[in-house]
Amino acid sequence: MTFLHNIWHNEKSREIIIQIFVLLCIGWFLSWLISNVDANFKALGKDISFEFLFIPAGYDINQYLIDYNNRDSHLRAGIVGLLNTGLVAVFGIILATILGVTLGIIRLSKNWLASRIAYWYIEFTRNVPILLHILLWHGIIINTLPHSKNAINIADISFLSNRGFYIPKPLTENGIELVYLLLVIGIIFSVLFFKHAKKKQDLTGLQLPVFWINLSVIISLPVIGFFVSGLPISLEIPVLKGFNFKGGMHMSPELAALTFALGIYTAAFIAEIVRAGILAVDKGQREAAESIGLKPSKVMKLVILPQARRVIIPPLTSQYLNLTKNSSLAIAIGYMDLVATLGGISLNQTGREMETMVIVMLIYLSVSLSISAFMNWYNNKVKLVGR
Amino acid sequence: MSNNVIIAAVVAGAVGIGAGYALFSGQPTQTVEKETVTSAPSGAGTLDEVRARGSLNCIINTGLAGFAAPDDKGKWTGFDVDFCRAVAAATLGDADKVNYTTATGKTRFTKLAAGEGEILSRNTTWTFSRDVDLSQTFVGVSYYDGQGFMVPKSLGVTSAKGLDGASVCIQTGTTTELNLAEFFASNNMKYNPVPIETNSEAQELYKAGRCDVYTTDASGLYATMSSFDNPSDHMVLPEIVSKEPLGPVVRHGDDQWADIVAWTLKAMMAGEELNITSSNVKSLAGKDNKNKEINRLLGKDPLQGVSKLGLSPDWAVQVISQVGNYAEVFEKNLGMSTPLKIARGANQLSRDGGLFYIPPIK
Repeated sequence: MTFLHNIWHNEKSREIIIQIFVLLCIGWFLSWLISNVDANFKALGKDISFEFLFIPAGYDINQYLIDYNNRDSHLRAGIVGLLNTGLVAVFGIILATILGVTLGIIRLSKNWLASRIAYWYIEFTRNVPILLHILLWHGIIINTLPHSKNAINIADISFLSNRGFYIPKPLTENGIELVYLLLVIGIIFSVLFFKHAKKKQDLTGLQLPVFWINLSVIISLPVIGFFVSGLPISLEIPVLKGFNFKGGMHMSPELAALTFALGIYTAAFIAEIVRAGILAVDKGQREAAESIGLKPSKVMKLVILPQARRVIIPPLTSQYLNLTKNSSLAIAIGYMDLVATLGGISLNQTGREMETMVIVMLIYLSVSLSISAFMNWYNNKVKLVGR
Repeated sequence: MSNNVIIAAVVAGAVGIGAGYALFSGQPTQTVEKETVTSAPSGAGTLDEVRARGSLNCIINTGLAGFAAPDDKGKWTGFDVDFCRAVAAATLGDADKVNYTTATGKTRFTKLAAGEGEILSRNTTWTFSRDVDLSQTFVGVSYYDGQGFMVPKSLGVTSAKGLDGASVCIQTGTTTELNLAEFFASNNMKYNPVPIETNSEAQELYKAGRCDVYTTDASGLYATMSSFDNPSDHMVLPEIVSKEPLGPVVRHGDDQWADIVAWTLKAMMAGEELNITSSNVKSLAGKDNKNKEINRLLGKDPLQGVSKLGLSPDWAVQVISQVGNYAEVFEKNLGMSTPLKIARGANQLSRDGGLFYIPPIK
């Protein structure tokens, strides 16, 4: 009795007992859910099986980053969809970050007009649901751009119509290896030069124009190689054949609409996060930086943003996650992402709603956790090191 | 210390899940069975459920002119809707006692399986997998359809074989994608699919010129075309690339209910065959007809088994008087007098050159 009494009145052991109890309850609840699904499926005469993943999908997908045709399996169709989700998420994140950071800084500008414009942009954009943004952009693209027969012709090599944006596709020929080699050499040189310049600045305080030198080296070396090896790149130019353009590279109106909508919508949130981050930096930092004679752009780049970054990154992570998850609304305009392929057509063709939904959910979960893990790693890297 | 707590927690969680699962899977207790009954209705007793509720729950299209669409007073009308009404007339004696639930192509089977309706009457194609693998029962064919292509006349295409390279809008969540892929592959043609969730959005994309072609069942194409501002600017190409026998679906496991739904459909067709219409059915039911099949269908002479179905002897009278025979329902919703202007084609009795051959009513 005293033993039990002691365990209960010891703070640490009591904590453990309570936690075990709560976990037992959660475990019980989960198992109840699973067994309930199981029992209901049995009552409906359905089983849970993942064999459907390996039978031919039978449908076509309009955008694939890996080879795909309708004889491939549902699993491959799902992977094609996942890559499409990834593509639009990456495009969206890049656009949202550039636009969001710019807007966040403009929002704090002393220029009244600029700051007001950023303010109205943010308020309008983030208070309209994302689905409407997507439908709006898609509607604008397909209703305002001309049909492919009257496509807007850009220098006879690129074409813009409501079927999408067609640009020439570079095709590599023999001799391209030299260009690649020189590109690698250029990058290695840049890294070494960057280190050298930093060392020199640390020692003497003298600044070298690192950015411009590196940029010109990285660009000019491969270009020289390109001419030396006899122009080993040719362009496949899109041509109008029958109903649509053939050849070249193609960005569909759905991908464009989704990228714009996700990027522009999320940018509004990122702008507010950036603004909060900048305001969180003590104003003494800015004054100190200005007093030693730094230009305003340098103050922002070298003093304010590195400190604001610590405040910005955790909420920025959740915006990236939101953007990725919001991309599942792609189904509204016919962009074939993971939800439209595995969670849509495959589900309907096979009738395996439980299995497909579980897979789709697990994939989104792992994608989100990966983004989260990466951002946590980055956050740890930039956070203030405690001494 | 914190490590120990985590380990203890993980162990406890695992034990909890294990114990809980063993508890439930070990003995199928009453709680589980009750749960089963409420969330997923089991096979038998559908008719009793409908009678007890006093109304029929019917799953229909979210909106397809001629098949299921609300009229200007907000009342659902159409070919599929009338079939729901016919079953309500047969089972409840009142065709108006129907609650409608709408479903997209994607949600319909889930909704039927989950018990949101007793009948799925939503131009659903009868296929082997849907019948067998999804544990449903297709009770018959109410409309023989096939997938077709609609194009603007200005495109200058007269055959689906001339569609190589076209962008094709598809209403997704149907058998349509597979037929399309097979048709284009077998003709060595390429296409660019644009899959869209609902008919109304697909229409908008087609009208904006995002696609050259819109494909779905031919009946759906006529319905869509009839809602355009200038229907005559568009045409349905002659090729029909698939077999789409459409019909009502019920859940597996209640043969009595499946029989009721199946014979309601056949009674409507038999009505056409025997020239029983909504206007003459009452008088035919009141007298002794020379054709004894009319007598048996209308309950004048005994028809073995009607009571086994749980229906009253005048069930077919209710169906035909309140809803009409097959020809009446077809003409009212889809026929030449409607904006859809669909010819009977395969959808007539075998004696008229169609595909409907009704088993004898005896």
